[in-house]
Parts: sequence; structure tokens; C-alpha cells
Amino acid sequence: MLEIRDLHVKFHDRDREAVSGVSLHIEDGEILGLVGESGSGKSVTAMSIAGLLPRRQCDYTGEILLDGKDLLHADRAELRKLHGKEIGVVFQEPMSSMDPLMKIGEQVEEVLLIHTKLTKEERRRMALEAMAAVELADPEAVYDKYPHELSGGMLQRAMIAAAIVIKPRLLLLDEPTTALDVTIQAQILDLLKKLNRESGISMLFISHNLNVVRKLCRRVAVMQRGVLVEEGETETVFHHPQHPYTQRLVAAIPTRCRKEDQP
Amino acid sequence: MKKTSMNGYLAAGLILTGVLVLLIVAGYFWTPYDPNAMSVGPKFAKPSLQYLLGTDNFGRDIFSRVMKGAGTTFAIAVATVVIGAVFGTLLGALTGYFGGLADAVLMRLGDILTAFPSILLAMVIISIMGPGKTVNVVLALGLVFIPSFARVTRTAYAGLRDANYVKSARLMGASSARILWVHILPNIMQVLLPAITIGFNNAVLAEASMSYLGIGVTPPDASMGYMLSEAQGMFGAAPWYALGTGFFMVLLIFGVGLIGESLQRRDGEVD
Repeated sequence: MLEIRDLHVKFHDRDREAVSGVSLHIEDGEILGLVGESGSGKSVTAMSIAGLLPRRQCDYTGEILLDGKDLLHADRAELRKLHGKEIGVVFQEPMSSMDPLMKIGEQVEEVLLIHTKLTKEERRRMALEAMAAVELADPEAVYDKYPHELSGGMLQRAMIAAAIVIKPRLLLLDEPTTALDVTIQAQILDLLKKLNRESGISMLFISHNLNVVRKLCRRVAVMQRGVLVEEGETETVFHHPQHPYTQRLVAAIPTRCRKEDQP
Repeated sequence: MKKTSMNGYLAAGLILTGVLVLLIVAGYFWTPYDPNAMSVGPKFAKPSLQYLLGTDNFGRDIFSRVMKGAGTTFAIAVATVVIGAVFGTLLGALTGYFGGLADAVLMRLGDILTAFPSILLAMVIISIMGPGKTVNVVLALGLVFIPSFARVTRTAYAGLRDANYVKSARLMGASSARILWVHILPNIMQVLLPAITIGFNNAVLAEASMSYLGIGVTPPDASMGYMLSEAQGMFGAAPWYALGTGFFMVLLIFGVGLIGESLQRRDGEVD
């Protein structure tokens, strides 16, 4: 459904290309993991898909096709139609990703307000449904709360609810669990898995945490210094990494000493 | 501890301003005596229960005149701040959010405007538009006040332009107008509200200065500045005229200043 062909991005104030020649594809209903260290170009790749590239400050070539439509070169009006409707995005920092002065419910249903002609009641009903789908306890109560009244984990659930409320086809997850503590992280991963299984929504999951990616993704792509160095089935990549960089990454994963201690 | 003092500022400011605004609003409908009628009492009567702030050389009741005159000043200040805040915020929002060439040009233009003393600038504008009309005073002062509001809001908008929640709104396909109005504006109130209170006080002073200099409000309309210039001539005979008028103005500015102060302190407390 999503295909990236030979994407190059170079910011004007940098010498090196942030992304050089990345080609990727995501199948319907698939969760693709995108792994790499800071500065490897994984976030720039995501920004390109999301249309968040500062176009005036960089050069970009290649194609990003969503069902055959090129996102990279689409003009703003077209992008505005596609975004939100077809692509939902969840950022790393749930605290800063929500408008501090707007009720959670209003933010969850905002995308409906922009893209549909649903009535207020219908929007509210869909928002509550989405909030229930992300397992927020007592959606009715959360609907009227403000971001500072929720914990990080709840906020991230609300963000996911806002991203899926319009039932987009692709969810971009940019380090969605990095800012959360480990137990909440695991819950969010389970939730994403469930959403993927139940609604068949495709996901691009970006992370620097290989263990997290391993839990969630069937296929993984590894980036280093703007280049895609390896791509394949997650388990294959983990057990038989081909590229030296991937080998080092895999070797750097802390191993579990006593497996029976794990839950 | 700090919270109580913050509430104290706000409460004191609101009470003081509330009482004065009540007097001002009442002044539009009722004053103890006709503010422009002569010989309602003896000339140069000292303040008493009958004439709260005494009378002037024509035997006019000064308290009635203050109520009426403060009304004019108040209305001009409010209108000035509304013009400055609305257009300033609009300009600040557009330049701060979009940046680019328009931003650079408009802000340098603003710098040039602020380089002149505001009273001088307003005088120039009034002399172009024609003196003696209250509307022109409002327009001139409003125009002079736009750059300061534009600068404050521009900085705030530029700061939130790349906030994550603004990015996600953009991603959802929200229009720029919606982002500027619904998402960013409420979040910059903490800088806009104090700017409005400070702007109001400056507008009161600016109107008073201009009327005092004789380029603002002209008779028969009374305004605080005009009354002060009147009072100056009889300061020896009726010091209560200047003192009463001045004191009323000081209280108004003090009250609004307290409100602004409390808003700024709250801003400083957040985080």
C-alpha cells in the first residue's frame, strides 16, 4: 500500500544527505519496524511520509506512493486531504503532542471535524468508540479532561485514539513508547498489536529499541547514516544479521541471563 | 504562600477596577450634578459631602466632571487597545507562524514605528487626519499601539509554530486559520492578556497626554487629560481639581496594573 522509491533528502545546512536512496514498502495490514540510531534518517523518512519536511529548507527526490498517489510531490491542498484521513501519526512525546488547553475528547475528534460532515453527536460517539478501542478506562470521563490531568500512558492512548478515530489506512509511530516507562511501554505495544490484528491497519513503527521492534514487527528495516542497510523478516535479521552494522546492533542487545525469571 | 499573594493582586485589582468602572459606567447615565452646568455650587468650593471633589472656577461639580471625563478616557483607551490588540495579534500571528520575507519586512517596519515616541507619532498621524475628532484620536493611538502587540504575539506564535501539538494538528489536515485561531491563540493568552492590561494603561496615559497638549479630545467633551490641563490654570485656587482628577486616573491605572501583574505572576509560576 505504501511504497517509497529511492528517497533522497538533503537539508541545505548539512553536507551529508539525511536520507540517501531509501526504498521501502509496507503491505496492507503489516507492521514494519524501522530501526536506527539518532541521526540515521529514520525520522526524516517518517517526516517525508507525513509531509512534515520543511520543503523550503531541503532538496528531495524520489517517490512516496500511497496507493499510487505520490505524497512527496503533492501540493499542500492534496496533502491536507490525505493526511489525517489516510495517515495517522503518533509522536514520541505524548505530553507535548496534545494542545494543553483543549479537552481530550475534542482533540480526538478534531480530525473528524476537519475531514467529515458528521454531526457533533456522531463525532462524539466515534471519539468515545476510539477511546474505548485504545482501552482508556471510562472514556466518558476522559473525554472532558485536559491533557495535564492524564498520565503519560493515558495520553499516548489518547493520541493513538486521535490517530485512528477516522480509521486511516496507515499509522506512523515515531518512537511512540520511548518516553514511557517499561510497563506502560508493554501495554502500548500490546494495544498496537491488537489494533493491527482487529482493524488490519498498517503501521510503520520507528524505534531505536530493537527489543521493542522484535515484539511488534514481522518485518524490519535497519538504517544507518541515511542508508537502508538491511531489510527482512525480523527473526531472520536478528538471528542472521548480514550487514556489519546490524551485527553490531544485535550484539549490543542486553541478553537475558535467566529466561525462567521473565514473566 | 505565593499563590495567596497572586490571588491578592488579582482580587485587589479587580475590586479597584470594578469600583472605578462602575463609577465610569454610571457616569454615562447619571452624575450627581450636570457635569457641564455652571454654578451648581459656589466657585472654588472645597471638597465636602455635597461636592465630593469640590467645584471649579465656574462652580461646576468636579466629581461629576471626573465621572464623565473618565468615561471618555476609558472609552478611548478601550477602543485603542482593541484596535492595537486585534490588528497586532493578526499581524503577529501571520508573521510569527509563516515567517519569511513578509515577516522580516513588517517587523522592521514595526521597529521603525517604535523608534519614534508614541505620542509624537500619534501627533503626526492626527495632524494628517485632522485634529479635534475623538475618532481620529482613537485611530491614531490604535495605529501606534499595533507594533507592540504584533511583536509580543509574533514571538509567541513563532515559539509555538513547531510545537508537537501544532504539528499534529497540521498533520490532521487542519487549515492554517484553524491552527492559528483554535490551537495557538488560546495558548498565548498568558502573554497577550498582560500585554493588553499594560497597553490599556499606556493608552490612558497617552490619551491624557494628548488631550493635555490640546490635540486630543476637545470641548464640550471632557476627558481626564483635558481636565488636567484645565486644572493646571487654577491649581492655586482649587488644587483639588488637579489632585482629584489625577488621583482618579492613578487609581484606574493602578487597578488595571494590578490585574496585569497578577496575570504575569501566574505566567511565571506555571512550570
